[in-house]
Amino acid sequence: MAPPDDDSVPKPLLPQLSRRAFFKGAGASALSATLAPSAHAADPSPPVLGPEPAPLTLSINGRTVTVQADPATTLAELVRNHLGLTGTKIGCDRGACSACTVWLDGEVAASCMTLAFDARGRKVTTIEGLAKGEALHPVQRAFVENDAMQCGFCTPGMVMSCAALVDRNPKCTLDDVKQAVSGHLCRCGTYPNVFKATLAAAQGGGKAKGNT
Amino acid sequence: MQSFEWVDAESVEHAVSLLGEGSERQPVVAKAGGMDLLDLMKNGVMAPRRVVNIKTIKGLDGVRFDAKQGLELGALVTLARLSREPEVRKRFVALADAAEHAATPQVRNAATMGGNLLQRPRCWYFRYDHFHQAGGDAVERVRSGENQYHAIFDNQRTVMVHASTPATALVAYGASVELTGPGGKTRVVPVSEFLLPPDMKRSTDTSIAPNELLTRVRIPAPAAGTKAAYHKQGERESYDWPICDVAVVLRMEGRTIRQAAIAMGWVAPTPRRAAEAEKLLVGKTLNEELARQVAKAAVNGATPLSKNAYKVPVLEAVVRRTVLAAAAA
Repeated sequence: MAPPDDDSVPKPLLPQLSRRAFFKGAGASALSATLAPSAHAADPSPPVLGPEPAPLTLSINGRTVTVQADPATTLAELVRNHLGLTGTKIGCDRGACSACTVWLDGEVAASCMTLAFDARGRKVTTIEGLAKGEALHPVQRAFVENDAMQCGFCTPGMVMSCAALVDRNPKCTLDDVKQAVSGHLCRCGTYPNVFKATLAAAQGGGKAKGNT
Repeated sequence: MQSFEWVDAESVEHAVSLLGEGSERQPVVAKAGGMDLLDLMKNGVMAPRRVVNIKTIKGLDGVRFDAKQGLELGALVTLARLSREPEVRKRFVALADAAEHAATPQVRNAATMGGNLLQRPRCWYFRYDHFHQAGGDAVERVRSGENQYHAIFDNQRTVMVHASTPATALVAYGASVELTGPGGKTRVVPVSEFLLPPDMKRSTDTSIAPNELLTRVRIPAPAAGTKAAYHKQGERESYDWPICDVAVVLRMEGRTIRQAAIAMGWVAPTPRRAAEAEKLLVGKTLNEELARQVAKAAVNGATPLSKNAYKVPVLEAVVRRTVLAAAAA
C-alpha cells in the first residue's frame, strides 16, 4: 500500500483548507503583539519575529509564496506541512541522512536543519520542481531506467544531490557521484544503481534545469 | 523544538548588544548556519528565548590572504567554501582537507567556521536532555558506560572530546580567534586556549563570553618550506564523526625538519599537541623508522577508558601516516 502522501498526482502548491489559511488568521493578532516594543524601542532595530507565526516569503520551484510560520519551523516542515509538497522526506531530522535534501539557491541543503526563516528571499527547489512539466530530469529518468530505488524513502534526496552534481559537472566521475551522495543513507543499499544511474544521466548529457 | 523570538542582526555591535540581554533564564543565542544549534534545540538540550541571526551581518564572510598578515577568515565563511578556496587549498592544505571531510556536502554548505568551533560535544550522553536534567554526574556514567568514542588522554575530569575537526588543523597551524565584545572591543585568543574541556554544566566549551561574538579566525603566514597534511579516521569512508583526526605541519629545509606541529583531535577533551613526538622530528630527516618512533611517542601516556582502548593503535597509525604524508607533500 503506497502511503497517500506519495502519489503521483501533482498536488496543489497550497492545499485548500491549509495550515497557511489557519495561521494567516491566527497569526495576525499574535503578530501585532510581538511587533510591540522590543528591548530596542529607542532605535529603529529590525523587528522581533516570533515566537508566534510570522510571514516569510520565498521562492518555491519558481513560484514566490508567502507563508506564516513560527521561527522554529524548519524548511522541511514548511514545504511538507505548510505547502503540501510531501516529496521531500524527513528521515533522521538531524542532517545525518540527507533524505530531506533540497536545493537552496541551486546548492544542496539539508532542509531539516535549515530554518524556514533562513530561506527568506531565496530560491528553493524541491523534488517536485525538478521535472519540466511531464519531462523528467535526466537523473530522474536514469533512476527509473537503472532501478536505483527500492523502498524509495531516500530517493527524492538522492535525486536532488545527483541532479545537482550532473547539472554542475556533466563530466562527473564515479568518485564525484560517491562524494555527492556521501551524506545519504539508503537502508535498502541501492548505492550501486544510484551510481550507475547518475553516470548514465551524465553520459546522456541532457541538462534540464529545474524551474528555479 | 520550542519556538523562539528571532532578530536579524544588522551589525556585529547590534548582535553583541542583543546577546548581552540574555540571562540564564532567558537565554539569547547567536545563529549562523544553525547546524549545531538546531540539533541541540531539537534534542531539548537548549531552549533559547531569542535567536540572533548573524547571517545578516555584512563583511563577516571574507577570506583574505596577505603574505605578512597571513590568512583571515570571517566567522561566516562556510566549510564548503573553506574547502574550495584557492588560497586555503594552496597554503593551508590541512585546514582545507579538514573542512572537506567534515559532515556532509549539505551540512558543509551551511555550516560556518565560527559555528564549527563553537559546537558542543557529540557525546551521546551530552546530546540526550535526560542527562542534563538528571543532576547526576554524567561524566561518571560515561566512564562506566558507552565510551567508545571518548577521550584516551587527559580524561580524569571529563571524558568528552571537542567536536570540531577543523580545530585540529587550526591548532597545528597556530591559529587564533578574534572575539568582539561590547563597544567593538576585540580580543585575540589562540585556538589552543580558546577551546576548553567540554563541560555539561557550562553553556559553552570555549572561553567566549556571553556578550561576545566570534568574528574572525586568523592563521599566521606559513614560513617558507612549510608542508602539511591532515587525516580524519572514521569507521567508514563516507560521512561520519571521527575516531580520531591528525594534522601535521612541518617546516623543512631541504629534507631536514626544522619545526614540527602534530595536533590530534577527538582523543583528548581538546585537540592535543604531541609535544614529545614533535621534538623527535626536529633536526631530522624523516624515514619510516623515525615516523614509527614519532607515532609511538604520540600515544605514550594514553589512559583509555573501558571501551576505547582500540583508539590507541588507530591513533598511532594515523599519526605515522600523516607525518609521512606531510613530509612527502
